[in-house]
Amino acid sequence: MEGEQQIPIWFFIGVLLTIYGIIILGTGIYGLYDPPHVRLVELHAGIWWGILTTVIGVVYIRKFNPWKKQG
Amino acid sequence: MSSSLLFAAESHLLTLAKVDILIIAIYFAMVLFIGFYLRKFAGTGEDFFMAGRKMTAWIAGLSFISANLSSLETMGWSAMAYQYGMLGAHAYLIGAIPAILFLAVVMMPFYYICKTHSVPGYLNLRYGEGSRCLAGVSFSCLTVLVSGASMFAMAKILHLLLGWDMNVSIWVSSVTVAIYVFLGGLISAVFNEVIQFFLIWLGSLLIPILGLIDAGGWTKMMAKIRANVPIIHPTVPHADFTSLWHNLGSFDTNPMGIDWFGMVFGLGLAVSFGYWCTDFLQVQRVIVAKNLRAAQNGTIIGAALKLCVPLIVTIPGLMGLALLTHHNGSPMVLVPESDPRAGITHQTFNDVLPLLMGRYLGPGLLGLGVTAMIAGFMSGMAGNASAFATVFTYDVYRPLLNRNASDHHYLNMGRACSVLGILLSIGTAYMLFYFSNILEFLQVLIFFFIVPLFGVVILGMLWKRCTPAGGFWGFLIAILVSMSMWGYVHSFPAGRHPPPRIDIEKGAVVTLEKVTDSADERITKVIVESGKVRTVNVPIPGTAGSQPLTSGKLVVKNAAVPLPANYADPDKPQQTALRVLAPEIVLAGAEKGATDKFGVEGVPVVLKPGVEVAATAVVQYFNAAEFNTAHAKYIARSEKAKPMAVNMYSGFWTLVVCLLVAIVVSLFTTPKPDHELANLVYGLTPLPDEGRCPWYEHPLLWAGVVGAVLIAVNIIFW
Repeated sequence: MEGEQQIPIWFFIGVLLTIYGIIILGTGIYGLYDPPHVRLVELHAGIWWGILTTVIGVVYIRKFNPWKKQG
Repeated sequence: MSSSLLFAAESHLLTLAKVDILIIAIYFAMVLFIGFYLRKFAGTGEDFFMAGRKMTAWIAGLSFISANLSSLETMGWSAMAYQYGMLGAHAYLIGAIPAILFLAVVMMPFYYICKTHSVPGYLNLRYGEGSRCLAGVSFSCLTVLVSGASMFAMAKILHLLLGWDMNVSIWVSSVTVAIYVFLGGLISAVFNEVIQFFLIWLGSLLIPILGLIDAGGWTKMMAKIRANVPIIHPTVPHADFTSLWHNLGSFDTNPMGIDWFGMVFGLGLAVSFGYWCTDFLQVQRVIVAKNLRAAQNGTIIGAALKLCVPLIVTIPGLMGLALLTHHNGSPMVLVPESDPRAGITHQTFNDVLPLLMGRYLGPGLLGLGVTAMIAGFMSGMAGNASAFATVFTYDVYRPLLNRNASDHHYLNMGRACSVLGILLSIGTAYMLFYFSNILEFLQVLIFFFIVPLFGVVILGMLWKRCTPAGGFWGFLIAILVSMSMWGYVHSFPAGRHPPPRIDIEKGAVVTLEKVTDSADERITKVIVESGKVRTVNVPIPGTAGSQPLTSGKLVVKNAAVPLPANYADPDKPQQTALRVLAPEIVLAGAEKGATDKFGVEGVPVVLKPGVEVAATAVVQYFNAAEFNTAHAKYIARSEKAKPMAVNMYSGFWTLVVCLLVAIVVSLFTTPKPDHELANLVYGLTPLPDEGRCPWYEHPLLWAGVVGAVLIAVNIIFW
């Protein structure tokens, strides 16, 4: 599954989570000015969940970057 | 919608923002990209069907658990927790962990060493072609049905939640899945399952976190559940919804109507071991690991992850009991899918997770949650499509139709089968448009297929005296017995009379009389001014001296017809309340074009002159959605048994029948010689030397750790 030529699944996951994390974080920050109509809006879940998702994504990208060793 | 009407359900539960749509679109783009990328790595049959047998333990473990974590599963078991309380968590504890650990430690060496492509393939090696073909054909049919059910359920849920067109949902998801499974085979399916695992957790974990904060902590949530249960589940008002074992001393003290014996031997032994040890969809994920130790450790990783799933499934279900309320603060009552009020005036048990998503997740987070749901459905379809392609190609096509073709031919056959599987699934999905009740028993049929399969596989692995005839007849008779039991509990030889009901048809004009007490408003009388109504088992009084009309059509003339609020029930000693459903009516005096809906029971109805009535008298002798409690008590040992309890006990009896038949037939027939059973049976299978490994990679160590955590969790939530 993780042969020499094949990009590891973990790298794809890192890319996807980073994109999602940035989008959710941006939406969460926008929510400071235009709060969504949900319960516990004062906890700003979008902001810290966006940060968490981005951090997980970046960690996976860095750790499983298929071009790192070759470069 | 008027706020004064009771029990009116929202038209769409969730509203997506543009950013949510963007998140969904990115997911589709990513899985298609991965499918095209992986095509070059699926060049042989071994690559396409077995992912090259190169998976690491972590990928195997995540894929193993994700194959079981489809959206049908997460939404379904959240619904179970709403319906049965904490007992729903047993599906992830005693109903999973012991069986997964058994698979890892005891069964995996056999699957792995005999290098079978599938579980039916093992049956062929152990018992011969008859058992293999029976299992292969049954499994192929079931994967297509389950995949179609997953497709239909996704389309229906996206339609109900978001208002999306069902045809578009079915075709967009199907074409996407067909492309990436066609291109990459099992590798694609596994990659998407691993992605789905991350999406499910990131999209779902916020709900229990925010819900527990909202409830004020675990203890307060339990207290709210105890207060709300008598209102939400009035048929079991004294049942304990907050314990795992404390309430299993008798059939009366828990909402499932089961005792500890049924839970341990029905769920914990028969159903659980059948599902986790012999359902090929699951087993395929780990038998393709790069070596035996990776296969075993991957399975144990799956067990550890499975222990965590109640966080995102059971707890939201419990939150539904504690936190979902109407605007006046009263608990929101959800109903089963089979309830006639479902989707009209009441949300269903299956809506508990989406309702919580709408309650807590804002833009962006909601998109992630919905993407996780779609990913779960598509992953479920892909898993079934790839399993169908493998089993059909190797266990139906090759032995029955074309034995000696090249690997390239079987690879092309596998690709064609994956597309064929998706097309058949689409056909199944459209069939479900017209026979939606099939969903009610589809999962049950799988239950009843895999339990006999487990019986013959485990007997074959552990008892070398078991003969091919014993295996075949044990398997076949157990399947027939299990289906017969299902038919028996759903049959009503004396006839069943559905409760009296009136459906007020679209466009009818209605006046509602109401009273207001405290902050609540109740309907006390329904007056149908004009339009059409359909009645079931409601005798319509005629003119003086004539018999009431129970079946036929009439138009109310001269005087209004009063219908009482309650009727004598031919099946029960007590009276039954008249149920009135009005999914799209016009309230008298409302603005032109304004429609409304309501549902109410136990109130009188008046039909004004001019109202058209279509009356039906219904007596049922079989109903897939209803249980005959008089029959169920012979299987589940109690008339209190709920559907899940009957399923568990049916699984137990099926396993008993399977083992008994297989043993008795084996004693009277000739077994295979020992040399033909090498690598297939315990005692005749030398385990390969995997070499020395660090202590932290030893499967037995981690199996022990997971087992200890399982015991601790059960004690904590006893």
